[in-house]
Amino acid sequence: MKIVGVDAQGGLGWHWLERADPRVEQQVERFLGRAVEAQGGDPAAGWPALPLVATGYGRNLVRQASRVVTEITCHAKGVFRELQHGGTLVDIGGQDSKVIAIGLRGEVLDFAMNDKCAAGTGRFLENAAQRLGLPLERLGAVALAATEEVNLSSTCTVFAESEVVSLLAHGVAVEPIVRGLHRSLIKRVVAMIRSVGLGRPLMLSGGVVQNSAIVQLLQEETGEQVVLPRHPQLMGAYGAALVALGAAESAPRKAEKV
Amino acid sequence: MNRREAARYYLNARVLGPALLRGRRWAAEWEARTRRPWSSSHLAPPLGISPRMKELVARHWLEGRYANLNRKVAWVTSGAPVEFLKALDFYVLYPENHAAICGTARRAVELATFAEEAGYSRDICSYARTDLGTLLSGRSPVGRLPRPDLLLACTNICQTVLFWYQVLAQHFRVPLIVIDTPFIYGQEAPPHSLAYVRRQIEEAIAVAERVAGKGLSQARFQLVGNLSRQASFLWLEILERNRHEPAPISAFDEFIQMAPIVEMRGDAFTVDFYAAMLREVDQRIARGISAVYPERRRLMWDNLPVWYRLRYLAELLAERGVAIVASTYANAWGELAPLLDPDYPLESMARAYTYPILNRSTGQKLATMKRMIRDYHLDGVILHSDRSCKPYSIGQMDQRDQLIEQMKTPALLLDADHNDSRCFAEEQVSNRIAAFVEMLGV
Repeated sequence: MKIVGVDAQGGLGWHWLERADPRVEQQVERFLGRAVEAQGGDPAAGWPALPLVATGYGRNLVRQASRVVTEITCHAKGVFRELQHGGTLVDIGGQDSKVIAIGLRGEVLDFAMNDKCAAGTGRFLENAAQRLGLPLERLGAVALAATEEVNLSSTCTVFAESEVVSLLAHGVAVEPIVRGLHRSLIKRVVAMIRSVGLGRPLMLSGGVVQNSAIVQLLQEETGEQVVLPRHPQLMGAYGAALVALGAAESAPRKAEKV
Repeated sequence: MNRREAARYYLNARVLGPALLRGRRWAAEWEARTRRPWSSSHLAPPLGISPRMKELVARHWLEGRYANLNRKVAWVTSGAPVEFLKALDFYVLYPENHAAICGTARRAVELATFAEEAGYSRDICSYARTDLGTLLSGRSPVGRLPRPDLLLACTNICQTVLFWYQVLAQHFRVPLIVIDTPFIYGQEAPPHSLAYVRRQIEEAIAVAERVAGKGLSQARFQLVGNLSRQASFLWLEILERNRHEPAPISAFDEFIQMAPIVEMRGDAFTVDFYAAMLREVDQRIARGISAVYPERRRLMWDNLPVWYRLRYLAELLAERGVAIVASTYANAWGELAPLLDPDYPLESMARAYTYPILNRSTGQKLATMKRMIRDYHLDGVILHSDRSCKPYSIGQMDQRDQLIEQMKTPALLLDADHNDSRCFAEEQVSNRIAAFVEMLGV
């Protein structure tokens, strides 16, 4: 879960990020408390009437939100504002991945979502890291250190784990396996890019793109230079904040400062 | 069939039953007139002819319960040339339609499970699994299905029916007529294809006559053919009224009200029904009543409906002012009406039953969709990628690309199934629809 605040000019300001808790409503309360605190307010006083927009799968549970908008719209908005141009945005999140074609004015032209198979998401690498006993942050470096690559055949995240275990048991080194895992994920993402069509430049967002091997392999597979925003993990929340700002600007002014 | 059985049939299926159902309809219509104003702010109130449709459908299944007592029964595929069967007085039952009722009643998964446990793959069409499950379990939301004396499968909708009906033939040990309609790859069916289909219809009539124990009356055949044609033309007119902006009815209304044209085509009351529906649609237009209020975007639905989530999808879209005003599915029962020619019944039937949308190339389907986008002034298309219906779903990815590229019309691919709710992931479906609707600018 992420929360992002923007200033009156739409600049990305205060933000906070935590792993998503199944008790969504409680986590939302904590986040809003932090936001209020960060602005020097009193969290016990509850959420002030600041425009709040929620996005993502749990968005309908955020009762303080005045609006809910899908991640497709929010990511496009956030990235367009940040990078100032359209193109093809690839978002690889923890539990889904998407490709969004963004037009010259920042509008969503088309999109494709992988919302059914974890093998195309961050969860794929997380599971593998856990199985290999490697910290997630090191996974990219391990992949890039490989001089060879193993081709993994499993299409399923869970069965890929078994395949990894089997490879290790046969004496295959960790690095080529890890590189192969990254390649599997990237190939699935590339298939989605093809279904939407590649409009340059290719942009990335989502927590997974902080993995340097992902970026490199994606550049390799597409033959494209990839552009990353400064805060790839926050683009959805940033976009939502911009929507909130836009709604506030067009609505009658509220005399509220926190 | 002795006289006591005949009497039982007439008493239950032709006198008492229909009277009871007529009473229920009157009660429903009275209730509709006197109830408080409709509460939904986005959806129009239910159509006034809805109780009549329910009556017709209930009467059809009620008759089915007693049909074996006094009539010959035929089970047929949705695209089968049914007119000669009706002219021979067969009671005609559509397993696909029965399966759709099970889907709407949310009983399909329960029934399909029987079939799956018997060994039928989950990759087989959910209609087939529902039907075979009904067979194996003896359960049905409509009560009791009559045993067929004859089976008629026409391959113009898919090849699954070929094997499905062979299973039925083995199970019931009755004759199975297969009418093989060659696929049309180009724009037109070659003359020899039509001659082949025509010949099969002639042979089918001979088999049906033998089973019925009587000859086909040409006068009756022509009458039924005419009634079928009239109903189809009325249905087409109703669909085309939706060119009006805002549209008076929605595709969801069409999915519900199409029951008579599918399963009671060739009956006189079906013609009356659609004539009444057309009048009501015209009244809506005159009074400015639209299916979705306000109508901000107009979409088309491709492929079968999601039978177990019609209301949910209608409301999800209506909340944002999005109306589904056309569908290739409902259109399939109207677009062939002009092909039926009462002066050349067999020739025109051979033609009409070779030309359904599923028997034609994906290029033709794309052409149909493009035409509908222009005629109905559509803002987008939802392509239901129906896991069960491969012939309908195949080509949708290319069709999507071409609609976007050539027609500049946004198109959304939605993965689901027409009858199997296990293939419907609500969160993902609503998310995709929401993103698509946002992309349309509402």
